[in-house]
Amino acid sequence: MSEDLAARVLEGDRRALAQALTRVENGGAEGDRLLKALYRHTGRAHVIGITGPAGSGKSTLTNALTAFYRKQDIPVGIIAVDPSSPFTHGAVLGDRIRMLEHWSDPGVFIRSMATRGAIGGLAATTFEAALVLDAFGKEIVIVETVGAGQDEVEIAGLADTTVVINTPATGDDIQAMKAGILEVADVLAVNKADLPGADTLAAQLAALLSMGPAREWKVPVVKVEGRTGKGIDELAAALAQHRSYLQQSGEMANLRRRQARHQIENILKDELLREAIARSGGQENLEDTVSRVAGRETDPRSAARELSRGLREPVAQR
Amino acid sequence: MNDEGKIRVLVAKPGLDGHDRGAKVVARALRDAGMEVIYTGIRQTPEMIAEAALQEDVGVVGLSILSGAHMELFPRVVTELKNRGIGPDDVLLFGGGIIPGDDIVELKKLGFKAIFGPGSSTEDIIEFVRQNAGVGTA
Repeated sequence: MSEDLAARVLEGDRRALAQALTRVENGGAEGDRLLKALYRHTGRAHVIGITGPAGSGKSTLTNALTAFYRKQDIPVGIIAVDPSSPFTHGAVLGDRIRMLEHWSDPGVFIRSMATRGAIGGLAATTFEAALVLDAFGKEIVIVETVGAGQDEVEIAGLADTTVVINTPATGDDIQAMKAGILEVADVLAVNKADLPGADTLAAQLAALLSMGPAREWKVPVVKVEGRTGKGIDELAAALAQHRSYLQQSGEMANLRRRQARHQIENILKDELLREAIARSGGQENLEDTVSRVAGRETDPRSAARELSRGLREPVAQR
Repeated sequence: MNDEGKIRVLVAKPGLDGHDRGAKVVARALRDAGMEVIYTGIRQTPEMIAEAALQEDVGVVGLSILSGAHMELFPRVVTELKNRGIGPDDVLLFGGGIIPGDDIVELKKLGFKAIFGPGSSTEDIIEFVRQNAGVGTA
């Protein structure tokens, strides 16, 4: 069944692609088999992460970039990540609204994903979804996430090239300095460049970058207007330059190792967590331990060490 | 972790009326009930709605319309879904709006599992989706 679905994805069946993405997102054995079948067909796409604060124009910019690539007939896949409610785990995913102009283009595939509050596994899952689009034959895969928390920054950071969006009138340069988010950027975009303050912001960002440690890749600051498409060709050129830098400098090999390590470690963490819970008396015992820690009967470190003890013991004969 | 039970719903407004309050209230209520709601905004063609349903691999499609063109547009959504290999067994279809009783009968024959008129409670809609929803990749 999964082999069949994987074959259909590789043949370019859009419905199969959509179903494959669901399986990968849901986790479980079917997703495992699918990725196993698809993985060796990946590594060809340019995966671009776009992140920035809510309202900075990520979806609009993604839309404009997509229009640019489609003019050259380059197939584009988009993963638009929006937050799940930490309370109900529900989500409203509305990024498609900004990308309606591409709805009838079979060369564009847009998938919305909710963060689902996965334990450390969110970036891993999003990256896997990007791999599925890669295997399907998308040459450009854009992963768009709100740059609000560590998880989201991490997702963007897993991309081959990471774009961080800033907009004028969202605070002074100290805001940019403390954000930490600047460090993951391979390209900085100043969006809404028609607004007053755009030039100042671009200059401040360039100055901030020049204060940092000298690196081989010089992070460009590009002014764009996502809504009108002004500056998009420049942004696309910067993205392409970063990619050829990766290839020519040999950094691509390091990047592929970093991505692989991240994937393995995250999946391993999930596995170990599940195993530790299962071997220490299951969810019930975990809840009980949580209550004891909350009630100050024991402390979190001792409790966690106690729960992980089962991992160190040999598995009972099956 | 395994999320196989997650319900994904497309809430869409076909046609030209711009009254999206109802659709937004339903989207928000389903979200608060723990579902993932893809909302695509107003003035959607049946083709756009079907294409979004395909790409998002949703188990549920909810259509809202207040223009009176439901007998024109709702059946076309069903046709466009079928054109993309998505039949009534693959996706739960429901609608809402100002829709007369005779039309409701016709729409149910086409595969709409429920039509919610004015005064429907969001609790009823949530309950209906929970009871009947598939979860994609049927």
